[in-house]
Amino acid sequence: MTGLDATDLAILRVLAGDATRSAADAGRAVGIGQPAAWRRIKRLTDQGVIAGRRVVLDPAALGFGVTVFLGIRLAAKGRTSLEEFERAVTAIPEVQLVQHVLGQFDYRLRITARDISDFERILRRRIMTLPGVGQVEANVMLSEERRPGPLG
Amino acid sequence: MKFMPDMTDRRILRQLLADPAAPMAVLAERAGITPASLWRRLERLREAGVLKGVQARIDWRAMGWEVEVSLRFTLDKTNPRAFDEFLAALREVPEVIEIQSFLGSVDWRASVIARDMAHWQQVYRDRILTLPHIAELEALMLIATIKDSAELPL
Repeated sequence: MTGLDATDLAILRVLAGDATRSAADAGRAVGIGQPAAWRRIKRLTDQGVIAGRRVVLDPAALGFGVTVFLGIRLAAKGRTSLEEFERAVTAIPEVQLVQHVLGQFDYRLRITARDISDFERILRRRIMTLPGVGQVEANVMLSEERRPGPLG
Repeated sequence: MKFMPDMTDRRILRQLLADPAAPMAVLAERAGITPASLWRRLERLREAGVLKGVQARIDWRAMGWEVEVSLRFTLDKTNPRAFDEFLAALREVPEVIEIQSFLGSVDWRASVIARDMAHWQQVYRDRILTLPHIAELEALMLIATIKDSAELPL
């Protein structure tokens, strides 16, 4: 552990809920003053524990009704094929998440699409044509929740 | 009537996604509207539930949680209570940071973190393998996150 105390964790819990709260406001929520809260938030940011912000949207309200998780196995492995695949896959706008993993698949992807036929288009035109792509498994997401994890 | 975001709303969200930490005045300028109008539109997007919030991203690795595993569960569906009981038990595991349910060969997926491999082994044996109604379980260990954005092709 990087020397975080209970107050640090409480601040992280507040900001993980709403990052737009001011240092004064976050401090009030955890029972410390604005200058102390500001110093802690700055330290947590400098340490990389607070790694930017995440905008949470309702994709369905914006016309993106389908989220699909893909497991991808590469047909050929080797350093160049990984780099080539990663460069191509990260450039696809509908791909929100790309993770290199160890196990039954080589990569896991999260894809957003307007509907199932839009997803089929992305899968056929953009995913299946990626360099080195082998076996692909798709699972359509029904629901999702984020947990506080060790902050809880 | 259901609120439909217009072109200006989409432009605002695009700018916000591109730079979530930008000050309001900067965001307004980039979206080509006044700060007052930006404020009003963001409020409306929040009220309509389109914009659910802006959250701090926590880097668990920087906090000393070195291991992240994606677990894929298939449940034994002969028991009608399997889904509810499994989810309730999974929520009780403090190392779980994300849960999704699926339509497909996998029923549930969870992201689980641990401090190191020894801790992972302990979490896996004591908290994961003891979850109810598991028929099949696969683990994918995270090597690296190449892209992680909330981006939508708006």
